[in-house]
Amino acid sequence: MIRYIIRRLLISIPILLIGSFACYVLVATAGNPLAEMRFRPGVTEADLKAAEVALGLDKPVFIRYWNWLTDFLSGDWGQSIALGQAKTAVFPAVTDALWTTGRLVIGAELLALTLGVSVGVLAAVRQYSIFDYLATSTAFLMFSMPIFCVAVIVKNYGIQFNNVLESMGLDRWLTTAGPRPGGFSGSFGEVIFKYTGTFLLPTVALMLISFAAYSRFERASMLEILHSDFVRTARAKGISQSRVIFKHAFRNALIPVSTLFSLNFGAVLSGAIITETVFGWAGMGTLLVNSVRQFDPPMLMGWLAVTATLIVLFNLIADVVYGILDPRIRLG
Amino acid sequence: MANINLAAEGGVVNSAPGSGSHEFDAAKTRTQGQLVLRRFLRHRLAMVSLGVFVFLVLFAFVGPFVWTYDYEDVTSKSYQPMSGTHPLGTTQVGKDMLALLMRGTAYSLQIALIVAALATAIGVTFGALAGYLRGFIDTVLMRLVDLLLIIPQIAVAAIVVKGFSGSWYVVALVLAAFAWMSIARITRGETLSLAQREFIEAARACGASTPRIIFKHLVPNMIGSITVNATLAIAAAVLTEAALSFLGLGVQPPDTSLGVIVLENYGQFMNRPWLFWGPFIVLVSLSLAVNFIGDGLRDAFDPRQTKVRA
Repeated sequence: MIRYIIRRLLISIPILLIGSFACYVLVATAGNPLAEMRFRPGVTEADLKAAEVALGLDKPVFIRYWNWLTDFLSGDWGQSIALGQAKTAVFPAVTDALWTTGRLVIGAELLALTLGVSVGVLAAVRQYSIFDYLATSTAFLMFSMPIFCVAVIVKNYGIQFNNVLESMGLDRWLTTAGPRPGGFSGSFGEVIFKYTGTFLLPTVALMLISFAAYSRFERASMLEILHSDFVRTARAKGISQSRVIFKHAFRNALIPVSTLFSLNFGAVLSGAIITETVFGWAGMGTLLVNSVRQFDPPMLMGWLAVTATLIVLFNLIADVVYGILDPRIRLG
Repeated sequence: MANINLAAEGGVVNSAPGSGSHEFDAAKTRTQGQLVLRRFLRHRLAMVSLGVFVFLVLFAFVGPFVWTYDYEDVTSKSYQPMSGTHPLGTTQVGKDMLALLMRGTAYSLQIALIVAALATAIGVTFGALAGYLRGFIDTVLMRLVDLLLIIPQIAVAAIVVKGFSGSWYVVALVLAAFAWMSIARITRGETLSLAQREFIEAARACGASTPRIIFKHLVPNMIGSITVNATLAIAAAVLTEAALSFLGLGVQPPDTSLGVIVLENYGQFMNRPWLFWGPFIVLVSLSLAVNFIGDGLRDAFDPRQTKVRA
């Protein structure tokens, strides 16, 4: 197992190198960060030339990539060059955004996984019951739903819920903006109140989308297992229904879902990007949108490098988990 | 199981020679394609969805010729409520929402269809090549798939669209470049097993070239999964395009799409809900209809799956 993990890690190094080079070329060809400077009053041709040399834009793209890579690996992720950002360092900007997004994504995914698996198992065990039809059609509907619409709907009904609370003489609970940078203050009860209020709506929005995929997937794999021979054997031996379902079928039906959980990371991330934009969180989504709008190559490269590394890591975790859960899969 | 066998045997025994041969003729004259078509036509949900899809296509491409307002027309007043002249009201700048929706649906459909067609073509070609030729080409193509999967599609699409103006066909091309990987993987898997079969060996023995084997022998045998995945790719493309445009990083004004319409109007959710729910319903019914059609096609091509699957 350890050897397998080490080998996979070694394989991912060239993939990440080629991927980051492709990204670098893409970002370099997508636009000129100095294009806007040209139109500013009082900027002479010499100023432009100086800025170009300062940013290293006069060198060929290979050398620029090499410089970026060595700097990146030594921990110097560069500075934002967008206008009006006062040369923000890339590293803290990306890690702060990642921390914000991470808290949102982890909560939403754990909830979605728990709910999705339970609903999927129930729907499979009670196949063609009213619950099954309800769960399946809800999942299908959510699956076809654009995530930004879900987020907009959840947000606006959250605001209405707040109005109801206020009319009852209570405090407004749900917040439709991101968490404050300084964290939450006040007594323990107040912190819980603020924390849940801030996280509840975006978490629900993000959860609903993932939930659909998990419950559909879990239902399908549970049904497949329930129709398999070893489950029939277990039933024939006279084992109780609940024991068959939980000890025999459920454990096996968890295998595909657990890998989907890790492989789904890319999709969840783009879901989080959109949810954050609707709720105005200062996470990875907002960072990406702003960096693209202002065309900020160093920030974009930091963003891409971090997400690509995370996706590679999650893919590796998926394979390892698959091997641990299913001894029939031989790693190596 | 036993019951089914009994019934089948009973059916054979009981059938009189005359009626039996009649059934036999009827069964013989149906090709695989006709069987699939029959099963699809009998799939009620898929047929309803097909109706919805056709209606949306007509709405998008014929609607503008019928409807009084053009999407570019700026009427005198902004934010008019729903009325006979403006069934879905007007937007902030006074454009008729219904006309905008027609235009947006047309663009979203165009983008989704191009993405699905390109992604399927690339995915099938690469997947079949990798699975049939194996060896070095397989390794290179599959590593390319791995590589593209680690870069978030939405980020790259945003950067490219930013670099090359937000025309709708740029959006379509970029989305297609990042949508073919799953189809390639599925096609490769199927090719790997199909390539072991005798008819491929026979074709190779006859001296058929690689392109001929792939497109005349392999692809027709995978047409079921290819069609299903192409349909699902349309639904995925509709949602991805809308999401990208919603972030303001996809289709750029003056072009419009369903995502752009939602972006411009979702702030009116509370005060003028129709401006949000109109595009929302079009978007959801489009993606639901395409997903259901894909499901119906899957059942029609592979009726065995229906028992276990939803």
